[in-house]
Amino acid sequence: MVGAASGRLGVLLAVVLLPLGVLLGAFWIPEAKGDPSFRIFYLHVPIALTAYACFGYGAWKALRLLWTGERHYDLESYTAIHLGVIFGLLTLFTGSIWAKYTWGIWWSWGERQLVLFLILFLFYSSYFMLRYSTEPGARRERNSAVYALFGVTLIPVSFLAIRIAGTILHPTVFTHEGPQMTWQIFTIFLVSLGGMLALAATLYRVELAGKRVDASLRELRELLA
Amino acid sequence: MTTAEKYVTAAYLVLLAALLVYLVIIALKVARLEQEIVDLTRAAREKLGG
Repeated sequence: MVGAASGRLGVLLAVVLLPLGVLLGAFWIPEAKGDPSFRIFYLHVPIALTAYACFGYGAWKALRLLWTGERHYDLESYTAIHLGVIFGLLTLFTGSIWAKYTWGIWWSWGERQLVLFLILFLFYSSYFMLRYSTEPGARRERNSAVYALFGVTLIPVSFLAIRIAGTILHPTVFTHEGPQMTWQIFTIFLVSLGGMLALAATLYRVELAGKRVDASLRELRELLA
Repeated sequence: MTTAEKYVTAAYLVLLAALLVYLVIIALKVARLEQEIVDLTRAAREKLGG
């Protein structure tokens, strides 16, 4: 009952906040920082943070699996990482579009932030190869959980490396002095981030429900065979 | 439409396209699961002699 209500709330938040973020970005302060392409910020950064959140959530579920041994955490971890990879791919696409306009290039190998994000994305993309290279069962679940936990350590590494080593092209807007933006931009950013997280939560629920039904049907088929 | 606006639109269209593809995949999956439930219900009835 609570699950269904929070699911509906997630859908509602995504439906309201995502278009609201787009509208605020388009009409409230359309040319923030004197750059008309700045509106991609309200899309690109929330998508990237949502990808991090999905990987983090997947790792948390993996930790719970290793800690408690409860097998349902495996499917939850897998679903979160799957979504993280989708949002990671979207981060790379939207970032490349913004880079092409702002820097005149689609990609820069000299940018630590970009390369570290790509490493994180490729690491979690390999998760599926590892997962499906072993037979279903406890061993696969444990291996996948350990891999998911290793991957999440790349997130603080990526944040720290940028702040320690500095950046050439890619701006760092969140420093230890707080967000480097006006309150209007920050408000739109928060609205967009809320919408993106709500969208990810909704997709997570839908995908997890589908996978659970799939697993139950497989079990039923085996019982009837 | 300015060049910047074209790039902004392209970025938002990427998200929209991804959502549409996701929706299509989920719709196909729901249709497959529905068919499987129908098949399993028939198999269960036959097995129970109903």
